[in-house]
Amino acid sequence: MNNLEKKKNIKLLQGNEACAEGALLAGVRFFAGYPITPSSEIAENMAFKLPKIGGKFIQMEDEIASMAAVIGASIAGLKSLTATSGPGMCLKQENLGFAIINEIPCVVVNAQRGGPSTGLPTKPSQGDMMQARWGTHGDHPIIALAPSTVNEILTLTIKAFNLSEKYRIPVILLLDEVIAHMREKVEIPAPEDIEVINRKKPTVPPEEYLPFKPDEDGVPPMANFGEGYRYHITGLIHDHKGLPTSNSQEIDAFIRRLHNKIQKSIKDIIIYQKYSLDDANIALIAYGSVARAAERTVKLAREEGLKVGLLKLLTIWPFCFEEVNKLAQQVDLIIVPEMNLGQMVLEVERAAQGKCRVVPYGRVDGELINPIEILGKIREEIRK
Amino acid sequence: MKTVINNYIREEMFPNMWCPGCGNGIVLGAIIRAIDDLSWDKDKIVAVSGIGCSSRITGYVDFCTMNTTHGRALPFATGIKMANPDLKVIVVMGDGDCSAIGGNHFIHAARRNIDLTAIIINNMIYGMTGGQYSPLTPTGKYGSTAPYGNIDQSFDLVELAIAAGASYVARGTVYNPRQSTSLIKNALDKKGFSVVEIISDCPVSYGKMNKMKSPADMLKWIKDITVSKKVWEGFSPDEKKGKYAIGEFLSKDRPDYTELYEEIIKKAQERGGNK
Repeated sequence: MNNLEKKKNIKLLQGNEACAEGALLAGVRFFAGYPITPSSEIAENMAFKLPKIGGKFIQMEDEIASMAAVIGASIAGLKSLTATSGPGMCLKQENLGFAIINEIPCVVVNAQRGGPSTGLPTKPSQGDMMQARWGTHGDHPIIALAPSTVNEILTLTIKAFNLSEKYRIPVILLLDEVIAHMREKVEIPAPEDIEVINRKKPTVPPEEYLPFKPDEDGVPPMANFGEGYRYHITGLIHDHKGLPTSNSQEIDAFIRRLHNKIQKSIKDIIIYQKYSLDDANIALIAYGSVARAAERTVKLAREEGLKVGLLKLLTIWPFCFEEVNKLAQQVDLIIVPEMNLGQMVLEVERAAQGKCRVVPYGRVDGELINPIEILGKIREEIRK
Repeated sequence: MKTVINNYIREEMFPNMWCPGCGNGIVLGAIIRAIDDLSWDKDKIVAVSGIGCSSRITGYVDFCTMNTTHGRALPFATGIKMANPDLKVIVVMGDGDCSAIGGNHFIHAARRNIDLTAIIINNMIYGMTGGQYSPLTPTGKYGSTAPYGNIDQSFDLVELAIAAGASYVARGTVYNPRQSTSLIKNALDKKGFSVVEIISDCPVSYGKMNKMKSPADMLKWIKDITVSKKVWEGFSPDEKKGKYAIGEFLSKDRPDYTELYEEIIKKAQERGGNK
């Protein structure tokens, strides 16, 4: 049977269900979480499905503990996932830093709701974009992805696990309440059609293993606990052996390597999509559920003869600096619609380096930004 | 002189960072001797700790070790044990680490009865940060943040662990290292959540602020404030004030969390759950 004859596996899935589906396809075998709207369905799906394939689910006493358990399970060899929303994401920051400094692969979903604090539990927001970048303390790298459709939730969840395993870094998947809860047609790929990346293992015997000595790509091979490689993991800055160091040269090299391993592979990590940008003199830059509206705006604007295009960001962090810089040289105006009062627009401004006008369009009333209002904003800015 | 201890430590990490007279080394010795008695495979032992002087123990032992965040050692250990139940997971915490910032994790690990051994080194003070009072500082004692005496009521970790559902609960002291070794050995050998509190001394912080300047003064004090469980049981409420019972308080058999989860896996694979 060739690919054309193969029956497609198409399902109507909720965003959170698609996330669980994607995680399973990526090889997740452990989930620890704590109930919170609008992410709970991910935990519910995991509780149901993981034991069926011999995986483990545990509901912890809070999100701090969930993050800790996820890291522990990953070190013991299982691909691990947790999911939460704003208030829980705040609690995860402490141990997210531990995962970063010890280069422990894991995926953290944040189904964004309005904030600050308890905020708007059942309404969407994109208010956590900067928290995703800088939420945990210290100078650290991070990878964050933001799907805009239910189908993308599935594919980017797989991508999140792959990046996490490949670069030994926690990956944050930023959903928002709209795409987490909406239902859409999803094509579930066959396992043989999916690329699944697993952490690289040491090739040296235990007595020669240096757990934090990087290969050329900046990423050290990872031995799981229990595999005969006895070593130390600590939240303190550590040397190649994993033991605490206060040597300033080692400290500097360590922090720089954490950043460089991501920078070096930025082309592999950054994904975006372009819509009608070839001849555009006005660009929209959007992500998450707002990118759906922006895509529609492009069609409406084109019907009016306006040369509008869209750059849809799928990787949020690291930011696609080069692509935006190029775009700023091409267009006269960039509008950044987002469900906050201007977060990613700051990065866009930085990348544009004054080469074109950059305008934010924010909404924080718990309602999704619609295509007509973005079009209105375009018209308003043209008149200026 | 090489002893059994040398077979289990990372010699390059020594001398250790503890102050002269600190009880942590005695507990480290007790843990190692208990493990040696059980002849466990070093490759299958994971030692997890949080933050504080006592938590530095994990850096000194030649197992898979993890010095995690403050108070969170138990949830990290829970993830490790769930992921690979064949591993022997030992968690070492200090009194502040376990009972203040990690208090909620402690009661929930006990409630789940997950097969971990929790060893709490109780020096009744935050030693590393300079002697602030902890939830286990006795009422009336002094700390750097209790310059007029501590008005808090302290936890009894033994009672807390029993009430929360642990399978094994014991208390020893650094004055009684042989007893502590055997209590730790029993705890390691027990399926389910095991708790051993070891009363220890911090002459530099606790001692200095509470009129016990030398390590020997502190050890004598520990001797004076502790009585065997049997003697304790005959005490009147007044006699119990300011004293600690030591020995084994609970040892019962109950299925541990990882075993129960294996049942869940069976159920899920046979019946498909209730969805």
